[in-house]
Amino acid sequence: MKYVDEFRDSDLIGRACDEIRRLAEPGRHYRLMEVCGGHTHAIYRFGLKDVLPENIELIHGPGCPVCVLPMGRIDDGLALARDPNVIFAAFGDMMRVPGAQGSPLEHKARGLDVRIVYSPSDALKLARTNPDRHVMFFAIGFETTAPSTALTLMRARAEGIRNFSVFCNHVTIIPAIRAILDSPDMRLDGFLGPGHVSTVIGCRPYEWIAATEHKPIVVSGFEPVDMLQSIVMLLRQLREGRSVVENQYTRVVPWEGNRAALRALAEVFELRPYFEWRGLGFISQSALQLRDAYAAWDAERVFRVPGVRVTDPKAAQCGEVLKGVLKPHQCKLFGRECTPEHPVGALMVSSEGSCAAYYNYEHRKTAASLRVLTPA
Amino acid sequence: MAHGAGGKASRRLVDGLFAPLLFDSGQPALGDRLSDAARVTVGGAPVAITTDSFVVTPLVFPGGSIGELAVNGTVNDLAVGGARPVALVTTFVLEAGLPTDTLAAEVRAMGRAAREAGVAIVGGDTKVVEHGKVDRLYITTTGIGQPLAGVSLSARLVCPGDQIILSGPIGDHGITILLARGELDLEADLGSDTRSVFPMVEALVTAAGPSVRWMRDPTRGGVATSLNELALDSGLGVHLFEESIPVRDEVRGACELLGLDPLHIANEGQFLAVVTAEQASRALDAIRAAGGAGAVIIGEVRDEPAGAVLVATRYGGTRIVDMLVGDPLPRIC
Amino acid sequence: MCLAIPGQIVELITEPAQLAMVEVTGVRRRVDLGLLLDDMPAVGDWVLIHVGFAMSRISERQAEDQMRMLAVLGEDEAAMEEVRGYGLEERREEKRA
Repeated sequence: MKYVDEFRDSDLIGRACDEIRRLAEPGRHYRLMEVCGGHTHAIYRFGLKDVLPENIELIHGPGCPVCVLPMGRIDDGLALARDPNVIFAAFGDMMRVPGAQGSPLEHKARGLDVRIVYSPSDALKLARTNPDRHVMFFAIGFETTAPSTALTLMRARAEGIRNFSVFCNHVTIIPAIRAILDSPDMRLDGFLGPGHVSTVIGCRPYEWIAATEHKPIVVSGFEPVDMLQSIVMLLRQLREGRSVVENQYTRVVPWEGNRAALRALAEVFELRPYFEWRGLGFISQSALQLRDAYAAWDAERVFRVPGVRVTDPKAAQCGEVLKGVLKPHQCKLFGRECTPEHPVGALMVSSEGSCAAYYNYEHRKTAASLRVLTPA
Repeated sequence: MAHGAGGKASRRLVDGLFAPLLFDSGQPALGDRLSDAARVTVGGAPVAITTDSFVVTPLVFPGGSIGELAVNGTVNDLAVGGARPVALVTTFVLEAGLPTDTLAAEVRAMGRAAREAGVAIVGGDTKVVEHGKVDRLYITTTGIGQPLAGVSLSARLVCPGDQIILSGPIGDHGITILLARGELDLEADLGSDTRSVFPMVEALVTAAGPSVRWMRDPTRGGVATSLNELALDSGLGVHLFEESIPVRDEVRGACELLGLDPLHIANEGQFLAVVTAEQASRALDAIRAAGGAGAVIIGEVRDEPAGAVLVATRYGGTRIVDMLVGDPLPRIC
Repeated sequence: MCLAIPGQIVELITEPAQLAMVEVTGVRRRVDLGLLLDDMPAVGDWVLIHVGFAMSRISERQAEDQMRMLAVLGEDEAAMEEVRGYGLEERREEKRA
């Protein structure tokens, strides 16, 4: 696969790791946060912890839209889907995420019309092909995904498709990073910036992190070579005492972002005054809602939403894990009450969540298994 | 219930409900209870027996149909249980109103598959249920087989150092079905791999019989699920070499797009075998000569991590691969 | 947080909207180009696909620059800076080849 295989090349990975070892000062401990859940997933999938020196610690950030979604939102969405006329459409990621009344997949098993879609445009297609039904798309995602929802809504409006609505849970990444940095028990040396969000918002929105928080941030791709090269760039900045925004992922991310996508976002969405983040609490201006011009396609206005609030069990230490204070396995519930099959806390619900990624890919390894293995 | 999709839920159902209530009824179990086929003794002669039900949407897909799956699936369970498939009986559950042509096509497909697999279909039963009670057509097949001489299979016989052989590229069936449903709007020139694996199994057993310790056909839940069962049943660790695992471009492309792991995708015409290190290359040659041109050694058994499957890359990164929880679902995150 | 994969445009479809048939190692899907209106790609171009939408046109030249940087990683700081400087100059206003 072009643009994939060359960035998984063993020699380049080895080379980047050598450079990281050369740059990392012995005796110094580096705490780098990968903001994006896609990075978290890739770190575990590619086993990057095995190849990094021990004094480079990767802290998993808040960039998993499934994890940070409050449980009550799922209950709200599914409550609307109890109307037999409604088709509840969502990405596969949402299907096993438990609400207080069960997951979308469990509701499907109970007879609700729950469909998995790959794209918001596929949800709109369902509305076109089922004119007698109402298709409600349960939208999740950061700025990468929100423009696709926006464009889909623009198409629905232009075509006059009225049996389609969006239950909007889109969130924005910058306020979440700010909340993390404002946390008093947080100590970070730098950030791996979210590459795919940055295709839309560009690199400028991170400048405050470098300028006022004095933390280096490198917008990074998702292949192993990308992430390791980004760590090299962060270590160089740290060694030279610099803190600027750099773009490692130049083949995909334009410095100014994607203007057409930003226009679509501005046309359809406005900021909510505040929104609840699972594990982080309420964060002001951190989520999107549909503008008045799109009220007829806004599921929260078309239907009566119950407004369910479900608090996570006190024993779950998601907040601490999210802020990097605890490692996933240090949470009291990890691997016992809280597993990917029966997630109690936010970070266990999606394979991008740091707890689920750790559980799936890491926690049964032993010292013996970490010896480097090569085919005979 | 997520119990049908292979993986953890299925295993819990078997271990927690069926095994204690059904399988311990005074009769000592012969062979490995958790293998794909059971052994019974009839008039002093050992017989392998297995059963499977087939529920698939769509009924017809590139490379096969439910009728072919129903024959090959049971034939393969017998084969990897170390037995020559001899005869099948079958049950059709039909939804009222199912077009006769649809049924006739599947019956023909079953006949063709049975002839190709060298197995006789010797009896059957048909039930018609009300519209909406089943999805068009379900097929159950039950098969008996004659245990092959000179081979003894059990996860308990597996030792550290044993090699893990896979007969060919993985994920073809599962991805073909996912695309054939049309919901994802993806196209690829890809077909199901449904076929009898018995010729390959027979060649393997002939070439390296006593050195073959364990076999499985990685259907629902994929290679990862079968090998996790091996790890749990043997108490040993399974090590896979990422770069050695054969995956077709189209399967890989679909998996990258949909965020799936090919190790979790279903196969219907491949099998896994654990063979001693000394006989591994001889075993490989035999499988390759009998229809498994793409057969490769994908890993080996080690002491650690006990009870788990570890995938290692050439550059030294490792990850644990668990059994699948439920069906593989496309993800966007 | 977002799974996105490179694919190559094999066909442009103008009706009913700006769409393209995109191929990822033998797998094809209709992808919406509505987010690339300012910089419409052509057949043969590579785009980054997320949830059925093309998010970004992939720059072959930037990928080559990255490879050049990686090739000299750790070998010579001066050579590194030179290559890095080249990459930065090109970054802001990349023209289509």
